[in-house]
Amino acid sequence: MDDLDQLEAQSIFILREAYRKLKPLAMLWSLGKDSNVMIWLARKAFLGRVPFPVMHVDTGKKFPEMYKFRDEYTKKWDLELLLGDCPPVEDIDPTLPPAARSAARKTAGLAAMIDKYKLAGVIAGIRRDEQATRAKERVFSPRGSGHKWDVRNQPPEFWDQYATPHEPGMHVRVHPLLSWREIDIWRYIERENIPLVDLYFAKDGKRYRSLGDQDITSPVESNAVTVAEVIAELETSRTSERAGRAMDHESEDAFERLRVAGYL
Amino acid sequence: MSTSIPAPQEAATPIVIVGHVDHGKSTLIGRLLYDTDSLPEGRVAQIIESSKKRGLTIEWSFLLDSLQIERDQGVTVDSTRIPFRLGERQFVIVDAPGHRQFLRNMITGAADAEAAVLVIDANEGAQEQTRRHAMLLRLIGIRHVIVLMNKVDILDYDQHKIEKAEREVTELLRQLEIEPTVFVPASAREGDNIASRSDRMAWYKGPTLTEALAQVPAPSSRADLPLRLPVQDVYRFDSKRVVVGRIERGRIRVGDEVVVGTHGARARIATIESWHTAPQVAAVAGQSVAVTLEPDVIPDRGDFLFPASDAPLRAARIRTRLFWLRQEPLRVGESFKLRLATAEHQVTVAAIDSVVRLEDLTEHPAEEVPPEGFAEITLAVSETMLFDPFLPGTADGRGVLVDRNQQIVGGAPLVGVAESVAGRNAIHPTGSGVSLWDRAQAKGHRGGVFWMTGLPGAGKSTLARAAENRLFARGVDVSVLDGDTLRAGLCSDLGFSEADRRENVRRAAAVARILAESGQVVIVALISPTIADRELARQIVGEGFHEIFIDTPQATCEQRDPKGLYAAARAGKIAGFTGIDAPYEAPVDPALRLETTQQGSDETAARLASFIGDAIRIDNAAGRQRS
Repeated sequence: MDDLDQLEAQSIFILREAYRKLKPLAMLWSLGKDSNVMIWLARKAFLGRVPFPVMHVDTGKKFPEMYKFRDEYTKKWDLELLLGDCPPVEDIDPTLPPAARSAARKTAGLAAMIDKYKLAGVIAGIRRDEQATRAKERVFSPRGSGHKWDVRNQPPEFWDQYATPHEPGMHVRVHPLLSWREIDIWRYIERENIPLVDLYFAKDGKRYRSLGDQDITSPVESNAVTVAEVIAELETSRTSERAGRAMDHESEDAFERLRVAGYL
Repeated sequence: MSTSIPAPQEAATPIVIVGHVDHGKSTLIGRLLYDTDSLPEGRVAQIIESSKKRGLTIEWSFLLDSLQIERDQGVTVDSTRIPFRLGERQFVIVDAPGHRQFLRNMITGAADAEAAVLVIDANEGAQEQTRRHAMLLRLIGIRHVIVLMNKVDILDYDQHKIEKAEREVTELLRQLEIEPTVFVPASAREGDNIASRSDRMAWYKGPTLTEALAQVPAPSSRADLPLRLPVQDVYRFDSKRVVVGRIERGRIRVGDEVVVGTHGARARIATIESWHTAPQVAAVAGQSVAVTLEPDVIPDRGDFLFPASDAPLRAARIRTRLFWLRQEPLRVGESFKLRLATAEHQVTVAAIDSVVRLEDLTEHPAEEVPPEGFAEITLAVSETMLFDPFLPGTADGRGVLVDRNQQIVGGAPLVGVAESVAGRNAIHPTGSGVSLWDRAQAKGHRGGVFWMTGLPGAGKSTLARAAENRLFARGVDVSVLDGDTLRAGLCSDLGFSEADRRENVRRAAAVARILAESGQVVIVALISPTIADRELARQIVGEGFHEIFIDTPQATCEQRDPKGLYAAARAGKIAGFTGIDAPYEAPVDPALRLETTQQGSDETAARLASFIGDAIRIDNAAGRQRS
């Protein structure tokens, strides 16, 4: 087994644990590359099907290409799609810096969906290498009432034994891609031939490395037009993946505050 | 598939960095990443800025301490993983916090490591956390240990002084049967012997830290060991029954005969099912597989599939090592779920065989395992289970203890079958398969014990009954245990001697616990006059115990005297009456204190009911109101 086989086997194990232990369960589908890989892994785990709904928390500000992709692949992959919307930015904590405040809309939208469907488990595609705060996450990350992430009081997690909720009103965020790196995701996309929104590929010398809301995501300089070229580019890149995400850079703790409140 | 498939790569080797707080772990990692040019663009500038803001020159630990609380308090609260490359080889560095209360975060980071770097301040030598972490490395089975003797600049790079410090550490590790691969004398802050050889220690001929890391052996393959495939789940898709799980060791081939779990049915692997891969006829350790069996036996989650020629051990009493993660001590008689791979077994602590004394790492008999302590214990299993003894480098025998709230409270590397013994130790209490969470889900609230203490005539029983009515009306499954009712039945054999009163408390608490474990809310109304009585009750009940003080002045109680007892005591007809000729010790810090003279009794009962409602999260009891 090479490293991608090992990552794949571990993610399948995690998805099967979640499906067994957390009911009702749903998977977040941001329409980005990582969540497409996650759906792909679910189909591997469950032999071609995704036996739980996928949720798109829609900020209403995604790129048109993303909505088109969503509608096309919901059908192609036979997904049960749950849509949720987000409150207007005026309803969000005004002490957050502007981009973080905008991003926090998604947290509120997600919280509403979790409550509406009384979810015990939510599968999300975050990775440790994306952001230092995410590096501290667990594979199964229990969230208390109000969906808060209590980073000082995380459960022990070892030997592939995961925490399951122990109080009404709690839910668990499940992170099957936590150990994957950005380049692993791309190598797996290449190996498995997983479809993506074409915003990830260069047009006029720019491409998106990470996809968020249109107004708080910016593209990077790039000439990579194929998956192989993206991989080659990443092998030499020294900048971080989320460099184009405004809310990560506004203040020292903006992203930490977002995550504690339930952001991904 | 496309022809541009990337070349296969080795999986990254996880390396955990452990050691006492302030011995320089985070500085070491910062230095290592900087010296090997592994930092992303802009990160160094960010750290310099963050350090400047706090009046520091350059604080390497900020690389890892990504949370504001960590930077502000200067302690790592949770483990972090950082990818890192040496030549062609990928590593993941796991930084585990050194602070004592964060043991569970350390184990989270360390448990899967292939090797460890134990960082020791060469001036201070091994400290409490050094011993604790070394013990943990042994218990989780990390065999490859690199000792980094840090801060040797303070010892003037002196060979004699450094080697003396090394000898002390060697002696300590020998007690744990850990033989370090190498000692590297280094200064993380100055960069000596981290990624480049120090010219200030010409006497040292061994490897630098990066050279030592490059020599860590690759994980040994588990594929050639006898098969263990723990069943994770059984799916029924398209009228086909599929058994899924990850092969922990060995391999399977279509046509192989396997034994299924404790019931021992035999079956053949009929097919290996998969999606979007080439058809499979074989699979090896590490793979998550889906198989169909012929005949179509139905295994349960937790059953092992194994070869008839090489079965696991079978026992109902198991000796195990233990690293205990709870902040409270562990005592004989406590029950847990033992998780082993995908199985869950109901177990009770039958004996505490020995406890490790951390000062010198020696083993001693003890009544209890202290908070975050290390021990050897015997577990009694409710029914015979299959297991393999713990074997470093494999997933064998990796037991984990889980409490009633599904919280992981300890790691239990299984050692072997325990001898059965007669007498008290032969008790095998069984536990429920229904978790507290299941019960809380069904009832819409949690269970709990609300222990009301106060003088005779304080109004305990009256308040308890009034609160019972209110809670029941809101859909709560609630009952009251009061002193007189108990004495009429369960405790009718008891008098009023000190020993009998204590026994009365013990029985009330034991019954309350059983009821609370079944998901009920129990209100206990019992004078329970001494602090020791109530401490006993708290210990018996465990989690979910709430002490409530009915604070009524004695004059008021005596004036009310609903049962005429004060009058009788004053007249000398009753001896040892609490408040008259026996003491009442008021609670120091009750969860709730109710004064019955200030407010009307309705209002007081409402306060009590609302306190209980909050404690049991009654808000989740939707749509269950009784009219």
